[in-house]
Amino acid sequence: MAMIRDIFKRKRDEKEATIPSKAAKDVPEGLMTKCPNCKHITLTKELENLGKVCPKCDHHFKMTARERIVHLMDDSSFESVDDHLKSENPLNFPGYSEKVQADSEKTGLNEAVLTGTGSIKGQQVVVAVMDSHFRMGSMGSVVGEKITRAVELATKLKVPFLIFTASGGARMQEGVLSLMQMAKTSVALKRHSNEGLLFVSILTHPTTGGVSASFASVGDINLAEPKALIGFAGRRVIEQTVREKLPEDFQTAEFLLAHGQLDAVVHRSKMRETLSTIVQLHVKGAGSDV
Amino acid sequence: MSKKKMKTMAFEEPLIELRKKISELKEYTKTADVDLSSEISSLEQRFAKLEEEIYENMKPWDRVQVARHPERPTTLDYLPLIFRDFIELHGDRVYGDDEAIIGGIGSFEGQPVTIIGHQRGKDTKENVRRNFGMPHPEGYRKALRLMKQAEKFGRPVICLIDTKGAYPGKAAEERGQSEAIARNLVEMAGLEVPVLSIVIGEGGSGGALALGVGNQILMLENSTFSVISPEGAASILWKDAALAKTAAEAMKITAPDLLEMGIIEHMIPEVRGGAHHDTARQAQLISGAIRYSLKELEGMSTEQLISQRYEKFRAIGVFSE
Ligand SMILES: [Zn+2]
Repeated sequence: MAMIRDIFKRKRDEKEATIPSKAAKDVPEGLMTKCPNCKHITLTKELENLGKVCPKCDHHFKMTARERIVHLMDDSSFESVDDHLKSENPLNFPGYSEKVQADSEKTGLNEAVLTGTGSIKGQQVVVAVMDSHFRMGSMGSVVGEKITRAVELATKLKVPFLIFTASGGARMQEGVLSLMQMAKTSVALKRHSNEGLLFVSILTHPTTGGVSASFASVGDINLAEPKALIGFAGRRVIEQTVREKLPEDFQTAEFLLAHGQLDAVVHRSKMRETLSTIVQLHVKGAGSDV
Repeated sequence: MSKKKMKTMAFEEPLIELRKKISELKEYTKTADVDLSSEISSLEQRFAKLEEEIYENMKPWDRVQVARHPERPTTLDYLPLIFRDFIELHGDRVYGDDEAIIGGIGSFEGQPVTIIGHQRGKDTKENVRRNFGMPHPEGYRKALRLMKQAEKFGRPVICLIDTKGAYPGKAAEERGQSEAIARNLVEMAGLEVPVLSIVIGEGGSGGALALGVGNQILMLENSTFSVISPEGAASILWKDAALAKTAAEAMKITAPDLLEMGIIEHMIPEVRGGAHHDTARQAQLISGAIRYSLKELEGMSTEQLISQRYEKFRAIGVFSE
């Protein structure tokens, strides 16, 4: 039920993805979803069952953090943490608090990342899922704090840490505080790593700027979803700087894979299986039988 | 005041005007048979007062101008004045040598140290060579190599930060700009030696932070540290780059701002009007700050150094719960 509600909410953001009622007179708005890539129309419910991947062209739709959790984790194993943290307006930017509040109501999240514990095929992990529907997934103090606490929790529980990144980068309205979250999350990851614990980063569309240039890129294993946009600087900035046309696939997951920046590009339908295997192979003294 | 002709900044204009007036009067008295000495001396007093007013009350945008002054001393200017026996060490051992970052070994008051700093140029030719102080991944990887080397030999690492940011180019993306920066953040967190990061000019975003995960961050009085340039912030937030001056104030990017926010440990005073007025004197002030900070970190075990760095960055953030 909650998921259906989410989808009705989301159509406000993804106008192009939901067909207008006049184009589908016989079905209520939101029941069908149009692929922004190939224009194929799928029953929203069916799309949900497919993990929000277009059955025609394989386009990976954006997921909300909660959809990602449902798709990835064992049923009802997930328990969120730190939902009570709230962003302040440290630089007193006009309208900032209202924007955060509005996105919070829209997404049902306290900030642009959802964190917690849960299991994948019975194996316990700490997971963080960024949500680009919340201030474009940008990282301010609360996002940095929640990720840092999640990493610390994984260190304490001696379990793997997984993060799904989706972010436009730093949260401008928090100024240098947002920049420093890159360092804060990094010191926590170093401590987690020193304990011999596994960190898997899964880069989803889009992962850019300060998030790309911190935790997203330093997993023991870095995975990405197909076609995800991943990069440090924005395409337009680069084009203005180098004054040359960039290749079509520039800064896509496949481009990064070809340039040695990723371990693998993994289709969403294989993600749970892949992560489960990776986690399993990092259990001390254990491997798959046969 | 320096004798050579120097680029002046907008906020200094009243001073320049007044100085011109004084020298005109002085010139005049040479040829005319009148005594203007009391007028001149009163103007000189006014000049001193005005100078104090202007330089003691610099606005964030004024500091941005000073931080970007073409004559502002760079890493290479300070090196011979602060350190001895500097030997530059090149290359990342993987791809190449990025001259937007220089690094090497030397001694600070008798103590071996590793020095790493952004390096921009002061003229077009030098800026082409140094890529305007905007590093590629190999620059960050060289820096990390030298930090690890310092760790092996137990010597402190001193980083001088002075960059508009990491280079936003095609090749930089292909070679993993994100990963290079991210890797430095994580690895600096674990360094078993004291690390000082000193912002000497512009501290632009992740490209600056990649040399910034120190036990202490120090900033020159007229340096900046920001997530985005004031121009960039203005164009994103208000769709108008001309509002950069407003953004410079709103974004809290100056050394006094960061000191107040508790992000940096110390602010290093600058010679009046900015470091470019007296590089040698400024180098002394930086030396004093390095001496003081190294003393503060002296006697800490490797575990203490790492956990102090952890606590420092762990504490940064403003939120409620
Ligand atoms: Zn499609």
